[in-house]
Amino acid sequence: MRSILSVRSVVAFAAVALVALFADAALAQQPHPWQLGMQPPASPVKEFIGSFHNMLLVVITLITVFVLALLLYTMVRFRAAANPNPSKTSHHTLLEVAWTLVPILILIVIAVPSFRLLYFADKAPEAEMTLKVTGRQWYWNYEYPDQGGFQFDSYMVQESDLKPGQPRLLEVDNRVVVPVGARVRVLIHGSDVIHSWFLPSLGVQKYAMPGRINETWMQVDRPGVYYGQCNQICGVNHAFMPVAIEAVDKATFDRWVDEAKKRFAQDGSAPLSVAEIRMMETGSLTAQAPNAAR
Amino acid sequence: MYLVFSVLAGLIGGAFSVWMRLELQQPGMQWMADGHQWNMVITAHGLIMVFFVVMPALIGGFGNWFIPMMCGAPDMAFPRMNNISFWLMPPAFALLIGSAVLGGGAGVGWTIYPPLSNAQYHPGPAMDMAILSLHVAGAASILGAINFITTIFNMRAPGMTIHRMPLFLWAMLLTAFLLVLSLPVLAGAITMLLTDRNFGTHFFEPAGGGDPILFLHLFWFFGHPEVYIMILPAFGIISHVVSTFSKKPIFGYLGMAYAMTAIGVVGFVVWAHHMYTVGLDVDTRAYFTAATMVIAVPTGVKIFSWIATMWGGSIEFRVPMIWAVGFIFLFTVGGVTGVVLANAGADIALHNTYYVVAHFHYVLSLGALFGIFCGIYYWWPKMTGTEFPESWGKLHFWTTFIGVNLTFFPQHFLGLAGMPRRIPDYPDAFAGWNLVSSIGAYIAFASSVMFVCMMIYVLYRGKRVTAANPWGLPADTLEWTVPSPAPHHTFEELPKLAAAKGH
Repeated sequence: MRSILSVRSVVAFAAVALVALFADAALAQQPHPWQLGMQPPASPVKEFIGSFHNMLLVVITLITVFVLALLLYTMVRFRAAANPNPSKTSHHTLLEVAWTLVPILILIVIAVPSFRLLYFADKAPEAEMTLKVTGRQWYWNYEYPDQGGFQFDSYMVQESDLKPGQPRLLEVDNRVVVPVGARVRVLIHGSDVIHSWFLPSLGVQKYAMPGRINETWMQVDRPGVYYGQCNQICGVNHAFMPVAIEAVDKATFDRWVDEAKKRFAQDGSAPLSVAEIRMMETGSLTAQAPNAAR
Repeated sequence: MYLVFSVLAGLIGGAFSVWMRLELQQPGMQWMADGHQWNMVITAHGLIMVFFVVMPALIGGFGNWFIPMMCGAPDMAFPRMNNISFWLMPPAFALLIGSAVLGGGAGVGWTIYPPLSNAQYHPGPAMDMAILSLHVAGAASILGAINFITTIFNMRAPGMTIHRMPLFLWAMLLTAFLLVLSLPVLAGAITMLLTDRNFGTHFFEPAGGGDPILFLHLFWFFGHPEVYIMILPAFGIISHVVSTFSKKPIFGYLGMAYAMTAIGVVGFVVWAHHMYTVGLDVDTRAYFTAATMVIAVPTGVKIFSWIATMWGGSIEFRVPMIWAVGFIFLFTVGGVTGVVLANAGADIALHNTYYVVAHFHYVLSLGALFGIFCGIYYWWPKMTGTEFPESWGKLHFWTTFIGVNLTFFPQHFLGLAGMPRRIPDYPDAFAGWNLVSSIGAYIAFASSVMFVCMMIYVLYRGKRVTAANPWGLPADTLEWTVPSPAPHHTFEELPKLAAAKGH
């Protein structure tokens, strides 16, 4: 009993130490220098991925250390100088069955949370709003069908135009804005070649495939700006079409929507509805300073 | 000849890697004109390493040389077919190099996904040359594979039943079957791509009712068995080296043979784990997650059986053995990250990141490549009739070991942090680990250049050996019964295996 307890406590200690080493305490929403682990989670899906990965990390580290220890022990104990007369054993049925069954058991232990995560991450049961994402060479186009269907393009900010504090290769001219805590259904589509919409801190990644619309979801837990990049080779500027998403409270989001409708209406691709024009005429929509939401 | 070709191609592919690591050493674009040049280099690097380095070395080189010797046959079943399958490689390689430098270059990654590889996004001859290069290299491999299967089935020495043949023959037989079953699928897919590009068909064109995902399925139906094609021969080599230098028979011979068979069979039903984020149905992803994890079981059997072969042995740490032990450990590291990536849920955060790059370089660049070096050192006296100085081989091992680990281990961190693969420039936060990785790559490349120089020196000036078994260890395969270097026509008389001998 005692020995079992001590084995357990060693395992627990290893787990804690590893998690402490790799899980990041800082609240950065973009990668930071010499980072070892994943970006800190900011959505339920990423939370799940993070904890699942931490478990996997412990399992694979233990396996690797076990194999290494076995290898080193064998190399020292059975080196020619220490063991001049080799044995002739070449079979041990029990041992062979054991090293087949034990990995199977480990895999089953991994598989249970894995499937739960997979089905959890797949689709949002009830989404509060929908965001349409279109990948193009080499920018993203975003559309808000539930907010009147306005849309806009999002290009990377060139190095020469960066303002202090804006991360190079990650900042965009028009960020996607979503309300904090809202379940957002994301519909992703590619209009020329394949792209991939990837936000590491939110646990969102889906290919933008020409000819089909892929669905995923996200729910941003904390206000802030989250950065990601295109993650499928798409041509010469593949490295230069980042994703930047800003999560704000509901009221700010509403004000941003009103403003965005006006700003992006001239694009022509999303004509204003009659109701919207009437609202504009009666003055229930008031102009805001550009970028008020930022 | 295959080996010389593969070493030359390896130097070119390696030079491309160094060029890539130079570019990635610091943030910003320094060594490449633009993203397209970068894309072209990664495409060439990937295709060269897979089709013109690993495959010719392990399959063409060791396969054609040692299959007949281990069978106890004078030569392969179809020597002329062997000849043409080698001579198809240089034109294929020329086409591939052409695709990198002519007509703007093909910048699509080794997976050549349409629509990016379509005529609209890649006009000009470069992409067509890359496709033809794959056709020619594929045809060469299929011919070689047919030759392997025929030789192994029909030309084994009397007494060598299928359950008594050396594990290297098992590995090559399975590899040959994987080649014959998977390469035609690639050939079909790239033929459709070729007609899409040039003759107005719409197999992969959504506007004409086609679907790019069809190409992804076809490509990975080939692409996944392909990774086992590259690693199974290495498994075979490692088994013999571990057994020889431990002075023990292989532990669990049947388990080893059928573990490889299981890897080969299951390898055909897991292809979509490369496609978890393309928009497959969730139940499909669940199936591929389960199937992929199953592969860990036979792989584990192999790792443990190698250690058990060493266990109780009297281990001589000669150069091939050091490479074999390095292989076992590094393949384990690459294997366990594979278990992480097998989970479709976790893959959301890892797909196409540097974590994947680290994973497959651990199993290929550190797995298959260590297997190749292990084989070269093990069979060096048999192939060349010269002796490679031990200390040189050990120097080569340690510089390579340090170099590749320095290159690829930090890439796990980059991948977890979310760095996408196939980008020539990255956000500044990734700079630190990329610098470490680049330094490692320079060490590894310098080590390879050093190896080639040593090899040439030993070939011309090295100590000659003529003994049938220069290692002086009880190796139990037939190639050690013929003189060194092996004559062109081995086994004038059929060797007979005594009933008691075997595994």
